Amino acid sequence: MSASTPDATHAPAIAQARRWYWQRISAMVLALCVLIHLAVMVYAVRGGLSAAEILGRTQGNWAFGAFYAIFVVACAAHVPVGVANIAREWWGLGERAARALSLALALLLLVTGLRAVLAVVAPGGAA
Amino acid sequence: MKRRSDSRARSHPAYWAFLMHRLSGLGLALFLPLHFWALGQALHGAAALDRFLKLADLPLFKAAEWGLVVLLALHMMGGVRLLLIEFGNVRDLRKNWIAGAVGFAAAAGIAFALSLWT
Amino acid sequence: MTATLEVKVWRGKSQGGFSAYAVPRQGSQTVLDVVTHIQRHLEPTLSYRFACRVGMCGSCAMTVNGLARWTCRTHVTKVVGNDGRLEIAPLANLPVIKDLATDMTEFFDKWARAKGQFKGTRSRHDDFERIEPASAERVAANAGIECIGCGVCHASCDVVAWRPDYLGPAALNRAWTLVNDVRDVNQAERLRAVAGDAGCHACHTQGSCTERCPKQLAPTLAIAGLKRKVAKAAVRGEL
Repeated sequence: MSASTPDATHAPAIAQARRWYWQRISAMVLALCVLIHLAVMVYAVRGGLSAAEILGRTQGNWAFGAFYAIFVVACAAHVPVGVANIAREWWGLGERAARALSLALALLLLVTGLRAVLAVVAPGGAA
Repeated sequence: MKRRSDSRARSHPAYWAFLMHRLSGLGLALFLPLHFWALGQALHGAAALDRFLKLADLPLFKAAEWGLVVLLALHMMGGVRLLLIEFGNVRDLRKNWIAGAVGFAAAAGIAFALSLWT
Repeated sequence: MTATLEVKVWRGKSQGGFSAYAVPRQGSQTVLDVVTHIQRHLEPTLSYRFACRVGMCGSCAMTVNGLARWTCRTHVTKVVGNDGRLEIAPLANLPVIKDLATDMTEFFDKWARAKGQFKGTRSRHDDFERIEPASAERVAANAGIECIGCGVCHASCDVVAWRPDYLGPAALNRAWTLVNDVRDVNQAERLRAVAGDAGCHACHTQGSCTERCPKQLAPTLAIAGLKRKVAKAAVRGEL
């Protein structure tokens, strides 16, 4: 079997294959996270929402924090790939613009998401 | 210039599953930054979070929450079907799983609705 | 059942319009019969393609009432409603040469770009290679090799319409049959050719190809197989 090496023309395709792969792996992580999150939400939403109730459960709870941090990272890997596809196929964006959009979205989700996890888990929030 | 298919070519279950998956994903993608921002309000203290949560009592807000839960359940189950098609070794496009996905989303929606309104 | 069919037929190129014809209804009649009647008796300037007229060659594929079909194998009773109306247009997603005939160049170019050609090492002077018919690879290849290149799947796919570079279900299905051909020595090149957004990774499992294929092939599943193989190779750096 000839061991041919890829040239520069194939590099974009290989990068796209990798993005697809990581989007699918994060999808598997998210499937589990979402199942758990749905169950938690159905429970938590009973009797209305209040900061005291929520923070009472989450503050200082580092296991909770770890779980939701993983959730956020998986979202940041998963969501932008799908949005980039929509941008290319439905919104008429070119390859570069779609990649820029997807990177921006990934950073937005990562930063706001981890900030949110920190916000509810960091102990001793002022009332 | 080429001619394109119209909606008649899209009237089959696997296509509806694709559309449902893409639209639910888009809805969730637009919602997520808002969700993270709202929770981040807790950084400013419990009172700040409570101010936002006051909105959560509004009927429109609850309806939107319910809608998002349904979108999430739909997107997840549609995604599980896709993962099984792409990584498993299935014989066909599992249209019965589309029904299962919708069923699961309906169940999740009902469970959430009961939590919200009783 | 009406005595005549009201048939709208596409005239022109990609820009054009539908012309209406009244065609006598027969007891046993295919859409190809309808088109042929129009060209022979009503509109001699109508351009269309057919060859075998028995469902072997794929030349007569057209869009009938919005769905891509083989017109020689489509009985009028299967597609016409109580109102006796038929709408016949050329296949979608390809340039129109004239009326019902499309330019299939791009379809076959994509086939070649997907490395849809077999490349082996043995010559006529060597013994036959022995392939186990029940092996997983051979079963996977057999599931897709009956493709006759009719273009129905390509015409039915929205990703083909949305992404001009996308190789499409037929080319990718053929590539998959060769990926599973253990005699072929061009596998690395082929996997590179079908990778990425111009290749298998742009398939969103809409399933229109599998829904419409007149030979009941499943390009969606072939493409899923390619996705697995390519992604694994890409992540391992073998691509």
